[in-house]
Amino acid sequence: MSKATALQASIKRTIAISKKNTKIYYMKPPVIIFGLLFPSVMFLAFIIGRGLEPAQLTPSILGVAVLFTASAVGPLISPWERMMKTYERILTAPISLWNNIMGDIISGFLFGLLISMVPLLAGWLIFGTQFTHIIPLIIALCLAVFCFSALGSLISALPTELPTNAMMLANLIRFPLIFMSGVFLPLQELPEWAQIVSYISPLTYAVDLFRWSTGEGNFINIYLSYFVLIIFIVIFVYWGKIAHQKAIKVLY
Amino acid sequence: MNAISARNLVKTYGRVEAVNNISFDVKEQSIFGFLGPNGAGKSTTQRILTGVVIPEAGSVEIMGYSLFEQPTEAKQEIGVVPEQANVYGDLTAWENLMFIAEIYCMNKLKAEKRAAELLNLFTLYEKRNFKAKGFSKGMKQRLLLCMALLSDPKILFLDEPTTGLDVESKQIIRDVIRRFHEQGKTIFLSTHDIEEANMLCHEVAIINQGRIAVIDRPANLKQSIQKLNWLEVTFGGRVPEEKEFAGLDGVEQVKKSGHSFILYSSHPGKVIPSLGKLIEEKELELISLHTQEPSLEEVFLHFINNEEAYRKGA
Repeated sequence: MSKATALQASIKRTIAISKKNTKIYYMKPPVIIFGLLFPSVMFLAFIIGRGLEPAQLTPSILGVAVLFTASAVGPLISPWERMMKTYERILTAPISLWNNIMGDIISGFLFGLLISMVPLLAGWLIFGTQFTHIIPLIIALCLAVFCFSALGSLISALPTELPTNAMMLANLIRFPLIFMSGVFLPLQELPEWAQIVSYISPLTYAVDLFRWSTGEGNFINIYLSYFVLIIFIVIFVYWGKIAHQKAIKVLY
Repeated sequence: MNAISARNLVKTYGRVEAVNNISFDVKEQSIFGFLGPNGAGKSTTQRILTGVVIPEAGSVEIMGYSLFEQPTEAKQEIGVVPEQANVYGDLTAWENLMFIAEIYCMNKLKAEKRAAELLNLFTLYEKRNFKAKGFSKGMKQRLLLCMALLSDPKILFLDEPTTGLDVESKQIIRDVIRRFHEQGKTIFLSTHDIEEANMLCHEVAIINQGRIAVIDRPANLKQSIQKLNWLEVTFGGRVPEEKEFAGLDGVEQVKKSGHSFILYSSHPGKVIPSLGKLIEEKELELISLHTQEPSLEEVFLHFINNEEAYRKGA
């Protein structure tokens, strides 16, 4: 088999995994709760009683939506399939771990991107948010969604057959990220120690890019933010692969 | 050519040696039975051979491809029906099959044609648009077989394929195994249903405590424990005493069962002439005489109970 044919087959398999996930997991209760309901509740919590213009909140809401929606599907897939004993079907099939992980990430990415369009469009059409850098915003959005989808896939490598365990771990990671990433307050308004802590969160760079895209100004150099998001993607994907390999060894 | 070659496989779970340095070959176009009691290492071995479990040591070749170095090529050659039903319950039967077609990179039209054929063969075509979570165990098992056969694999792995199924589903599955074999395919059948292995398999391996006790053709295995051969002789009229058979040439043990006697012997051929003399002398009325070789179940129990003794003898 030539390299081109092998690559084509590999892409087809990844798409097949992604399609299967789309059909099965988008409507699962944990995905609806954390991917749809939670960002909606967060939006209301932000907007009610704070006396802020909704347009000002668009980058924050977008950040929360991206984090929660993109990482909603990933943590569910592998534990659910282990519980339902369909994971063995994947392991016996001619699919590499890469195909499987990328299929999971892509399905999380598409879900995150789709749902993130809601606050984006609402900000633009209803609240009148001005997007001053459309193309960079789209790139930032795609990178951020891919990054958090990869994080979701990494969480799903937890060697468990109980989806609730993975969802708990996901929340344990996601909630602190919201508070340490300049979502509620712009980074420049955070104390110095909080600013330092915020640098270890990929959400910090995503929200800063969203703010810059709406003309609010950036705290971190935009090229650095793009670069760091890419670095986080690479780390999550490779760490995810190693963690999934370990999980297979532990569980089987 | 061997369809499957396993060499020195080792897998431990904590202190338990699930698979302890086992090696065997499965010839192409054969039905290979893998027998053993619960916990003997059957499923672990099959899961190693199908790429689910990674052993601590050893190698596996599937149709000449190394399972651990060329996993995609090796797995392309196999279809697997695991012990536990694992269809995607949220997908319809048709969607389950199309998913398999996509991951095996099958041509769409060809896949749809084959899927329809298989669903018809397994009497599931009418249910193709129903979600699999509503299927009975037998229907799920049949759908699993459809999924395993869809890519037209050279080797089919079956782990307890008929356990807990109704008679009709069992029959369908056994017929398909035979049909699949007639098409020149290799079948690896892991089972504890000895009768099933006896009916279907050309060669069987008996595994116990993670080690292979014996591998041979069922007929050879039966011959290897000749001492379990016996003759059943039934009389009309006067029924002789048990002790009258005790002195016959070759008879090692006698058991009475109604008007019949079961004469155990390692050499049944020696017993028959002396039995004829006895009948003539005592003027007995012989109604029937059967010789019986050991069943595969007896062979199985023999090797499981005498594994250590057999190994020493071998």
